[in-house]
Amino acid sequence: MGAGHAHRLYRRGDSPVHALPPHTKLAAVFAFVLVVVSTPREAMWAFGVYALLLAVVAHHARVPAGFLLKRLLIEVPFVAFAVLMPFVAEGERVEVLGLSLSVSGLWGAWNVLAKGTLGVAASVLLAATTELRELLLGLQRLKLPPLLVQIASFMIRYGDLITDEMRRMRIARESRGFEARGVRHWGVLAKSAGALFIRSYERGERVHLAMVSRGYAGAMPVIDEVAASRAQWSHALALPAAALVVCLLGWML
Amino acid sequence: MDAVTDTPADTAPSLEVSGLAFAYPDGHQALFGVDFSIARGERVALLGPNGAGKTTLVLHLNGILSGGTGTVTVAGLPVGKRHMAQIRRKVGIVFQDPDDQLFMPTVREDVAFGPAAAGLKGAELEARVDRALERVGMAEFKDRPPHHLSFGQRRRVAVATVLAMEPEILVLDEPSSNLDPASRRELADILRSLDVTVLMVTHDLPYALELCPRSLVLSEGVIAADGPTGELLSDDALMRAHRLELPFGFDPRSVTMGA
Repeated sequence: MGAGHAHRLYRRGDSPVHALPPHTKLAAVFAFVLVVVSTPREAMWAFGVYALLLAVVAHHARVPAGFLLKRLLIEVPFVAFAVLMPFVAEGERVEVLGLSLSVSGLWGAWNVLAKGTLGVAASVLLAATTELRELLLGLQRLKLPPLLVQIASFMIRYGDLITDEMRRMRIARESRGFEARGVRHWGVLAKSAGALFIRSYERGERVHLAMVSRGYAGAMPVIDEVAASRAQWSHALALPAAALVVCLLGWML
Repeated sequence: MDAVTDTPADTAPSLEVSGLAFAYPDGHQALFGVDFSIARGERVALLGPNGAGKTTLVLHLNGILSGGTGTVTVAGLPVGKRHMAQIRRKVGIVFQDPDDQLFMPTVREDVAFGPAAAGLKGAELEARVDRALERVGMAEFKDRPPHHLSFGQRRRVAVATVLAMEPEILVLDEPSSNLDPASRRELADILRSLDVTVLMVTHDLPYALELCPRSLVLSEGVIAADGPTGELLSDDALMRAHRLELPFGFDPRSVTMGA
């Protein structure tokens, strides 16, 4: 489970990319993904250029290729169905290595695979250069609903605590000779989940009490003022700007 | 806190509770007319068996529970809707489980929460956080997430989160619970070094004797005794009547107090 600060996607460093304010990076990644998604799938060269752009960013962030590629594996379950598309899609067919594949299916698969991979790669780069806490500050700065940001920040703080509680309950079950074998024991597991929910709920009430006692009145006080200079914005937005040029060329050529 | 808004603060006791009675909505009456007063700078222990109404009383001190009869006054300021923000700043409650108290991603943000909610910003806020952490000896843990600290360290940070608000009175709910002897002593040293009024809710009687010259016994919703801690703990009949028991082999008469 992601342990607060040292989450596994983050890679400590002091590169220029690390130093950018979080909200500029969030905005840049979001814009980049939008541009990539709106590129015509026939402009295959454009996707190559996008990958190159990301490689340049990775180089500036001193994120090694191996680190990035390993974390790209997270998208595998999501793009698995893209591989199926050439087999199941209708329409004109071509022979590849003795298999009959649908042309529109091939284009569809390429579309999902290329855009998905670029999107995930950009997100992995963001996560590798920005701490979770900073990401939250960035989201707050970008005026995401404060309730969502608060919920996310409590998840970071209490995720481990709840996992721990779950582990203690499992140990308590097993110490009394319980082993989950098959459907008959699901009832016990369901009751444990219920107990965990109630305990977490009660903790929530106690936390709220502690917050109210320290002057909480519905809004999180701003502790860290994150501000970005014009130069920082322009550095961060260089990526989506370059991508936009490529995208427009893709539409015109 | 420089008392600018309230004039009687210098002479008024830190805490004054009079005639406080309270029943929960389900009809269970927890407090039956509680009266006591704590002067500025005193360290007082609130002793009592489980279910005596200690927690209920504590939640009245900063207005989280209200609606019964009687009044609570903090440094001359009545606890009520009108001054709630100010009251919450003046009464610093350290809850029993530090995991409830420390809800922010890092120690620094947690300590900053109270003062930031009161409107402090920038360098002033940072200085306030540093000072509070300094006072509990946790300055070097500023940027750590709370769940990476030991239990004793978390309890100390919990004290710092409240000290950062520069309260008039520090209220501690079972401060010694779950602490090993070394952490217990460290916390005692810290509490002794603070120059604030302290109300310590506990059933750790040796700890009360060590830290608080004066004690109150809360039993069945009333103050059953009020006096020097050593005297109360030596009164066997009183102790037995209120389900207060000293640990095996502990004799309050044989303890000589340093200060």
